[in-house]
Amino acid sequence: MTLLTSVFLQIVQMLVVLALAPGLTGFVRWVKARLLARRGPSILQPYRDILRLLKKEAVLAHNASWLFRTTPYIMFTAIWLAAGLIPTFSTQLALAPTADLIALIALLGSARFFLALAGMDVGTSFGGIGSSREMMIAALAEPAMLMVVFSVAILVRSTSLAEIADFMMSGAVGLRISLALALISLVMVAIAENARIPVDNPATHLELTMVHEAMVLEYSGRHLALIEGASMLKLLLYAALIGCVFAPWGMAGPGADSAAVIRGLATFVLKLGVAGVLLAVFETSIAKMRVFRVGEFLGGALLLSLLGAIFLYVSRGV
Amino acid sequence: MHDLGYDAAHLLGAVVLLMSFALLYQRRLFALLHVFTAQALALSAAAAWQGYIQHAPHLYVTALLTLGLKAIVMPVALHRIVVKLNIHRTIEPALSVGLTMLAGVSLVTLSILLVMPVTESASALTREDLALSLSVVLLGLLMMITRRNAVSQVVGFMSIENGLILAAVGVAGMPLIVEMSIAFSVMVAFIVFGIFLFHIRERFDTLDMQKIESFRGESH
Amino acid sequence: MAFVVSAIVGLLLLAAVGVAASRIPFARGIVYGGTGALCTLLALWSVLSLAGGAGTEALALPLGLPWMTAHVRADALSAVFLLVVNLTGATASLFGWGYERAHHDARSGPVLPLYPLFIAGMNAVLIADDAFGFLVAWEFMSLASWLLVLSTHRDPDTPRAARIYLIMASFGTACLLLAFGLLAGAHGDYRFDAIRSHAPEGWAATLGVLLVLVGAGSKAGLVPLHVWLPLAHPAAPSHVSALMSGVMTKVAVYAITRVLFDLIGEPLWWWGGVMLVLGAVTAIMGVLYAMLQDDLKRLLAYSTVENIGVIVAALGMALVFKAAHVPVIAALAMSAALLHVINHSLFKSLLFYGSGAVLSAVHSRDLGRMGGLIHRMPVTAVFVLVGAAAISALPPLNGFVGEWLLFQAILNGPALPQWSLKILIAVIGAALALAAALAAACFVRMYGTAFLGRPRGREAEEAREVNAAMRLGMAVPAVLCVLLGVLPTPLLRLFEPATRLMVDAGPFDDRAYQPWFWLAPTSAIGNSYNGLVMALVIGVLSMVLVVAIHRWASAKVRRSIPWGCGYDGLDPLAVTQYTASSFGQPIRRAFGSTVFRARDHVDMPQPGDTRPARFHVTWTDPAWHAIFTPLVRLVARLADLVNRLQFLTIRRYLMLMFFALVVLLVMVAVTQR
Repeated sequence: MTLLTSVFLQIVQMLVVLALAPGLTGFVRWVKARLLARRGPSILQPYRDILRLLKKEAVLAHNASWLFRTTPYIMFTAIWLAAGLIPTFSTQLALAPTADLIALIALLGSARFFLALAGMDVGTSFGGIGSSREMMIAALAEPAMLMVVFSVAILVRSTSLAEIADFMMSGAVGLRISLALALISLVMVAIAENARIPVDNPATHLELTMVHEAMVLEYSGRHLALIEGASMLKLLLYAALIGCVFAPWGMAGPGADSAAVIRGLATFVLKLGVAGVLLAVFETSIAKMRVFRVGEFLGGALLLSLLGAIFLYVSRGV
Repeated sequence: MHDLGYDAAHLLGAVVLLMSFALLYQRRLFALLHVFTAQALALSAAAAWQGYIQHAPHLYVTALLTLGLKAIVMPVALHRIVVKLNIHRTIEPALSVGLTMLAGVSLVTLSILLVMPVTESASALTREDLALSLSVVLLGLLMMITRRNAVSQVVGFMSIENGLILAAVGVAGMPLIVEMSIAFSVMVAFIVFGIFLFHIRERFDTLDMQKIESFRGESH
Repeated sequence: MAFVVSAIVGLLLLAAVGVAASRIPFARGIVYGGTGALCTLLALWSVLSLAGGAGTEALALPLGLPWMTAHVRADALSAVFLLVVNLTGATASLFGWGYERAHHDARSGPVLPLYPLFIAGMNAVLIADDAFGFLVAWEFMSLASWLLVLSTHRDPDTPRAARIYLIMASFGTACLLLAFGLLAGAHGDYRFDAIRSHAPEGWAATLGVLLVLVGAGSKAGLVPLHVWLPLAHPAAPSHVSALMSGVMTKVAVYAITRVLFDLIGEPLWWWGGVMLVLGAVTAIMGVLYAMLQDDLKRLLAYSTVENIGVIVAALGMALVFKAAHVPVIAALAMSAALLHVINHSLFKSLLFYGSGAVLSAVHSRDLGRMGGLIHRMPVTAVFVLVGAAAISALPPLNGFVGEWLLFQAILNGPALPQWSLKILIAVIGAALALAAALAAACFVRMYGTAFLGRPRGREAEEAREVNAAMRLGMAVPAVLCVLLGVLPTPLLRLFEPATRLMVDAGPFDDRAYQPWFWLAPTSAIGNSYNGLVMALVIGVLSMVLVVAIHRWASAKVRRSIPWGCGYDGLDPLAVTQYTASSFGQPIRRAFGSTVFRARDHVDMPQPGDTRPARFHVTWTDPAWHAIFTPLVRLVARLADLVNRLQFLTIRRYLMLMFFALVVLLVMVAVTQR
């Protein structure tokens, strides 16, 4: 596999995640609507929303600073790059050696850091509520995710996602307690980080319950389009991450031909579909929890992932 | 390098342990009973699986007993007690849920550290089984001391017993497992009925008291 | 070597200039300029020495008692820490020069003569080669910094801070004194060479190591010995706070490293375990304390406690791997520790300069009086943002590289032989990850309340950007933060002689060839990180994004009034704005209610009552509550007992002396046998 191919695959990867992200969100909304016996908007609706927002003028508060205006770009870039680092259809990506799983988590952390700052920029109370809750959630979700990485990385002897996917595809792992615990923990983190029920409700604008929406309340026009796009990318990123680590089948490995790459793309879309259906079913069957229960929920995720790391030593090998 | 028999046993044991954590996390009685049912189901599946891979038919009996008593009879009975006696449906933890979970993880770590050096020579399966079941037992104890509600204490006790059975079925050639599980079940039944009777008396006493007070116009 | 000694002498001369400041024209310029120049030269010297392989140079100086000479010696480890001290010393001199001009308080105590003394003391600790010189330099450093804290003696909080600092510093020195006594053992030879060749074993070594951890740890701020640090560091003038927090704590780290990795010889594995636990507890407690603070400088001081915890945990990791004879991984952990040492000195000094700039503009350290400074102090705001992002370990800045290396070392936990250590390292990993995530929350809170939002007072509204010297003083560490984040490998190469000296391996030993822009250190787990490519990709992607959006989407902007929750426009007094304490509330509830017994008290008047509603938070410091308050009570009780001895009859005094004599004689008789 030459450098040129991997650069090409990397660019394709960046474009694929960008193209599919609104589709995934639209799909989840559609399935949810169907489960609630509504007809639901078309799957293409998020694309239309983003285009509409891009065409509108941006309205800024009088005292909004440059940080407020640059944050959407920083956030989108960081999440886009992070999504581009996860092997979705092929493990041969040019950027794979520059950043591993730890860097990926830190990239997501940068996006969150700037968004939380932007939430506090205008000085309204909603932005502050959102930022402070977001940082509380992140304070537990991020270490939980790092511990998941820890379990997986010790098993695979690598934190590089490409190597993890190759290893998992080889089938040398088998069923492991650690992996099961890591999977549960990662799913909990993904739910919290993507502001899904039961942690946050992506469809609400009720002040007492919202987290993510409160932070971005002051955004409009192209800035809002970028932020919405980044959130959609983030949902896709987590689905791709779970797929890459725990269900990497169908991905084009080293030295694969173009047919394998196309097969990989098809399986990736399929995986996203499965993830979307599961998420929709989960969200419709559960109630939102109080904000102060979120700490326990994510503390549970952190402890589960820690337990997973500890159990690595009990099972054979390591 | 890995075989399915080991992996599945391993995973079923882990589910039992995970359910122990879920028990610690719950704040509502009915959810607690549901989680306990799930734990009993996982345990019975673990016992049946061990019966299959060890070719020990008596383990199937244990599995059936667990399924019947723990996963069906006990939860239903406790459910009815809760409904009938109108017991307060939320659990009041003596220690906050987060701290309890933290203590739980420390206990699991402790049991791993205890089991590891002792079983250096034993097979991985036995080692893991012992670590898992010791953890389940300790978590059950933790649940009994950190929850004030009597029903949740009974559930804690039964999950201790689940841990013991998990240990017993994991060790190949352990005698008297069936007898042991029957004995335990009988004991649990006695405890449950004891609490049932105790609660009825306590409940009617207080009801009587309230009636009397309301007649005298002293209730607030 | 002679150069370092003469530079220290030069610093002492500058202190003399400082003493006569009132009579010498431009004394402030001479002292700060001279100190800055000497520090720059010393930093250059250490870079050159490290680049040239850092051979060991020793010198005996005819100082002290006639039959004893003072020994000084500089090896790679000294050079690394000399670089850290003097780099910050140089920027602090630049910033301090501007700061004293902008923020001069005629009633404050003298700073000029003490400032070069303080830096000289720290440099002297790093090159001391016998226990005697080490302790003298250590005391010198402590006392100079103590006097610098006292320079703000008009502040109501300073006397208490200075008193506690003095007690803790004396306690720390006493522990170090005992420790060196144990290390030198029966030989009574206090030269480091002698200790190195006759390192004690058994209980003496263990006790010595623990005493060093306590003695140097109290200076570094390890929980629960940290109590003086958040009081004393903020009390000093800001450039001195930067030195105390960013550098003096590192001198304590140097002491720990010197004894545990160099003097003691073969370490026991559980010493590393103790350090890991202490470090992790310190990291988590430090950041949780920081989360509760409303005082900007105190918040930064607690954040120093956290970072020291991270460094000590990394050192502990290096020690356990060294004890397990896995030198390559020990080198990785050691590199992580050294990198974090210099990283922290950079961003913490940057943040303290930023706090000094804010203090000189707003005249307050209270976060509740700031807000919206990004509009009034745009340059300071950018630099502080870089510092806050770096300390929150965001890529591609330097804080992240340190964290990345540390986690790579943690991932090598399975290479250890002890079960308990393997599991402990997993737990430590979780704790450090938690501390890092909480640190990000803490600095979002700090930056968001100080620089963003709307001003919370008239002074914040009228704040002005600071002078050029202060801005330049902040610019240098900010640029270095970015540079080290993008290109960490050359610096790690530079530090390689030090890791080789401490753990007998370098971080890149198992990779034959490494390009200078690539970071791929370990053997066991073949991971890599490339800050440069990452920064470039981020830059290119965001440029593409900006161009694309402005080309194809609407580029129109309209300014308007945001929704003010029922006010006409935004509420004029900014009372609906989130404050620092409201921002911290979710985390305070999740963690503080158990650790600090933090409680929110709301005093809500009845309907019809016109008095305002009040809200306040109470919390107790577990370190004071559990350790120091009982200790103080015990000391008071003992003092009462001893006090009675002053009012005895002569016969009773004689009796006491007689009994003392008999007890001594009995002891002699027993030990003679």
